[in-house]
Amino acid sequence: MTDLTELTMVEARDGLKKKAFTALELTDAFLAAIDKANPALNAFVLQTPEHARAQAQASDKRIVAGNARPLEGLPIGNKDLFCTNGIRTTACSKILDDFKPTYESTVGQNLWDAGAVMLGKLNNDEFAMGSSNETSAFGNVVSPWRRKGKGEKVSTDKLVPGGSSGGSSAAVAAGLCLAATATDTGGSIRQPAALTGTVGIKPTYGRCSRWGIVAFASSLDQAGPIAKTVRDAALMLKAMASHDPKDTTSVDAPVPDYEAAVGNGVKGLRVGIPKEYRVDGMSKEIQKLWDDGIAWLKTAGATIHDISLPHTKYALPAYYIVAPAECSSNLARYDGMRYGLRVSGDNLIDTYEKTRAAGFGKEVRRRILIGTYVLSAGYYDAYYLKAQKVRTLIKRDFDEAWSKVDVVLTPTTPSPAFAFGDKTGDPLAMYLEDIFTVTVNMAGLPGMSVPGGFSSEGTPLGLQLIGKPFDEETLFRTAQVIEDAAGRFTVPDKWWMKG
Amino acid sequence: MQVDEATVRRIARLARIKISDDEAKSLEKELSGILDWVKQLDEVDTAAVEPMTRVVAQKLKMRDDFITDGEIADAVTANAPLVEDHYFVVPKVVE
Repeated sequence: MTDLTELTMVEARDGLKKKAFTALELTDAFLAAIDKANPALNAFVLQTPEHARAQAQASDKRIVAGNARPLEGLPIGNKDLFCTNGIRTTACSKILDDFKPTYESTVGQNLWDAGAVMLGKLNNDEFAMGSSNETSAFGNVVSPWRRKGKGEKVSTDKLVPGGSSGGSSAAVAAGLCLAATATDTGGSIRQPAALTGTVGIKPTYGRCSRWGIVAFASSLDQAGPIAKTVRDAALMLKAMASHDPKDTTSVDAPVPDYEAAVGNGVKGLRVGIPKEYRVDGMSKEIQKLWDDGIAWLKTAGATIHDISLPHTKYALPAYYIVAPAECSSNLARYDGMRYGLRVSGDNLIDTYEKTRAAGFGKEVRRRILIGTYVLSAGYYDAYYLKAQKVRTLIKRDFDEAWSKVDVVLTPTTPSPAFAFGDKTGDPLAMYLEDIFTVTVNMAGLPGMSVPGGFSSEGTPLGLQLIGKPFDEETLFRTAQVIEDAAGRFTVPDKWWMKG
Repeated sequence: MQVDEATVRRIARLARIKISDDEAKSLEKELSGILDWVKQLDEVDTAAVEPMTRVVAQKLKMRDDFITDGEIADAVTANAPLVEDHYFVVPKVVE
């Protein structure tokens, strides 16, 4: 029998339909893989095998009865930022302690209503603040990818899986789930997808409900999937997206059948290449990746156009005002009174201060303090308001580009996966990881990362596609052309399964 | 250097996060570095620009004014560190 964990989501769906295996067998295969791999990779912070088996058994009944739903019996991982009813949810922060929500996130509920099976909760950077999954209270996630070593040997250096959705990207790349939920505030779906050879899409702001997802920066946060293939990502997003009256920013528009768009090709599609993304010191391998992407789309019938997005360089500094400001406001709720950790002090204020000092990690504290500063009396106009105005200009750049092109192609990251500790000493060096992804959040647009090539170290690199608001379909059809040309990226050696 | 140690302590107090003397010193450097870096936004002329509020034009949603939730005190207090009869128990605030 084939290794069920190597199937794509679409292959697993077809296998269940043909009754080649049961949902329970499929779930058990993943549960066994997680047991074996998690000590090495640390992708899951909580495994929920009983919950998963119960869901899988219910799915098997439906499959036998002939009323299977779109994701019936398909096992996925759920980022620990998504609240799960009765199941511990921590955002990988000590401050949430043993928090067990009494409700389910809307995106999660949509997935379970579509028949998906939850294998457990996935690791992430604390409150999704990080680009390497090194800020989690549960420790680092290790990427299944390794660098080429000397001669024929593979290096044993541990690489980051990207962040903040590092548990999601590592678990999908390592075959510990068919696909995973993720969230993206400045690149947290696309950057980890790029670093692990997986596919990730951040849909348009408002496409997925934010209800029941632990908030980081509310005007930027958006949920989306990380998956093995473009088609799998389409399947996931179709189930995750919905209009939700409980999130006033969720958009009341029909959700298209993304899977149907996947094979439509790019004949006649106008692809924009923004000159501002050719940053100083761009490495040859990133340049080649980008050129390859351009050539593939051209060969498939797209036309290539140079465009200008003049405010690109201001996106990252504006982001580092808007995101910390909104984070300081959102995280004010963690006061140790109603849920989560409490460290008792001499009086109420002392209790607050001790609780928050003990509960929040270093990067989260740093961002809360920056946010508090830029929102404090006398500074609001100079920082937050200014940044929101710059955002308008960033969005306007794209609005003008859409008169000339249908989709924009860029690299996802400026460099391949790095090793632990490489960028933790300097917050600015880490923030630069998001230089190509953050504009998309600032403008609220959909963005997708699809594997496009390998670095000289033998690790994956991603190409990013940026689309018009609510035009995720164009991203899926363009990404499929890239996937067809670049092939699927699988880790050559499953070292993490060898104990 | 935009942020001095006194300012770091003031914003830490506003944010209700206790910081040690060592942390105050290193934060002074880190926050100044980040704030110096974001200062490049001053190059951008935004005099005639409105702040961004949303991605696509959308009418503010209204809902009917009736109760949709409630009578779930057990659920609301389920995760509290200290609870008594559906009340959150907090440190003494008024002497």
